[in-house]
Amino acid sequence: MIMLFFMNKNIDEKTGEDGRADVVTLGRDAPLRLDSGEEISAFDVAYKSWGRLNEDRSNVVLVCHALTGDHYVRGISPITGKRGWWENMVGPGKPVDTDLYFVLCINVLGSCAGTVGPASLNPATGKPYGLDFPVITIGDMVRAQAMLLDYLKIETLFSVIGGSMGGMQALQWAADYPERVKTAIAIATTWRHSAQNIAFHEVGRQAIMADANWKGGRYLDREEQPHAGLAVARMAAHITYMSESGLTSRFGRSLQDRDKLAFGFDADFQIESYLRHQGISFVDRFDANSYLYITRAMDYYDLSADHDGVLAKVFQGTKTRFCVLSFTSDWLYTTEESRHIARSLNAIGARVSFADIDMDKGHDSFLLDCAEMDGIVRGFLNSEAEMMGVQGS
Amino acid sequence: MNIDQSRASDIRVDLLEIARVIDSGSTVLDVGCGDGSLLDYLVREKQVDGRGIELSPEGVNRSIAKGLSVIQGNAEEDITFYPDNCFDYVILSQTLQAMKRPDRMLEQLLRVGRKAVVSFPNFGHWRVRLSLGLFATMPVNKTLDYPWYATPNIHFCTIRDFVNLCDKLNIHVEQTMAINSKGYRMPLHNLALANLMATQGMYVITRK
Repeated sequence: MIMLFFMNKNIDEKTGEDGRADVVTLGRDAPLRLDSGEEISAFDVAYKSWGRLNEDRSNVVLVCHALTGDHYVRGISPITGKRGWWENMVGPGKPVDTDLYFVLCINVLGSCAGTVGPASLNPATGKPYGLDFPVITIGDMVRAQAMLLDYLKIETLFSVIGGSMGGMQALQWAADYPERVKTAIAIATTWRHSAQNIAFHEVGRQAIMADANWKGGRYLDREEQPHAGLAVARMAAHITYMSESGLTSRFGRSLQDRDKLAFGFDADFQIESYLRHQGISFVDRFDANSYLYITRAMDYYDLSADHDGVLAKVFQGTKTRFCVLSFTSDWLYTTEESRHIARSLNAIGARVSFADIDMDKGHDSFLLDCAEMDGIVRGFLNSEAEMMGVQGS
Repeated sequence: MNIDQSRASDIRVDLLEIARVIDSGSTVLDVGCGDGSLLDYLVREKQVDGRGIELSPEGVNRSIAKGLSVIQGNAEEDITFYPDNCFDYVILSQTLQAMKRPDRMLEQLLRVGRKAVVSFPNFGHWRVRLSLGLFATMPVNKTLDYPWYATPNIHFCTIRDFVNLCDKLNIHVEQTMAINSKGYRMPLHNLALANLMATQGMYVITRK
């Protein structure tokens, strides 16, 4: 059955969809042991794939999604009804070329787009987990992905690529499964969450938990939802994804649908209106508890934690080839964080490329059209594929 | 995956002179690797394990797109993060004169590399002397293609200056080459003559 899926190209012949989405239940025989010490068994993992697996299964590229992302990289997302979040990067003839590579994206643990998370039903109670869902880490997400790859009988990844939290997973993959990861591309990301990163996340979580409708996480069977809190969390976070120059050039101090200040607290400014829109449209597609769990996983992220804070030690002896990309205007995961990754990898003689891409759109630059990023990713992947003799199917 | 086959042979003549002294299969760091032409040539023609550092984003982007392991950064800062003796060769081509402290850079080159290949424009060339001596203006020509006020080249030296510095830093000069304006090696072994006739000096140096 799996092979049948893999034989198809980008357009699923049965459904006419761009790519193939599937959900599998894992951990029935051996549960997933989490960093917290808890275990989860018989849990769903949702993923989507594009392209064809070649004969020696050497052309697999794993795309890792960010905090509020999902596995709908390409095609219409059934959740938002909009195009996938990385269509400019992944697809036929794109930098991650689905004509050459078999591309997978797996919805992360704790999410609310198909993989098990706090909104899933707890088999023990028959009700949504809520806060009974165990706290998870980036390492747990990666372990769950590895279980899916085992199930799909995919041993090695030609590449694992991701931006933001996706980049954290890419680095975690290379750290935890060095023999399975040939190349890793980490974009606009970091090797550990900084105090400032944690601080912004805490603001978001507090906004959710301060919403009277949150009810200690037990809101899913109620009429009222903690939408106000989740919207504020999204608004605060969204500011960190943009840059001051980006905001200034797009909004400046322009007023929203009015000629003069209203001397009130309505959205006078375009930026206010924009943020409110971002907040309101977010609550329709994302679960507040998922937001708590995934931001927590990011805050717990510190690759160097088990290595005396020395990142270089994490990758000692690695054969993985790295490509680290940052954006000049990204103040959430700064150039210096990426530079530290590159320097640490150089210190142990690992193969690493690092570029700081000049773009003024802030952290979210990695999601946008960027010729430099495209050129680097394409060149890196194709030259590595050539060197390793990886062929498309 | 179209690989431009012509690319490898298209590198500058003076870079070919550098490539000539690099052993096949060695490990190489190219400091200030530009668009990666030399490194790419070395990887393809001499199967070296090559890395690079480059300041300009355009150079870095082009290098990575060629499949080279190159990091964007300031050479003088970034080289300090490499461990001792991790390369057979470290190349510093036409970059020494742009360093804040060329002396410290030479020491760093020989800390991370067993050998260093250093090339630099020779400020002792007769045209430079003519420009300074006769017209009393800073030289602007093909190898020194910037007016004095806008040049990235902040520490010019002559071939003799370089030899003196090596002496002072207790650096052994293993091989010396005088390069002419076309990039070809000149058969000059006399220091004074090389210092007068060569537009570039090229040195293979090691620790004593």
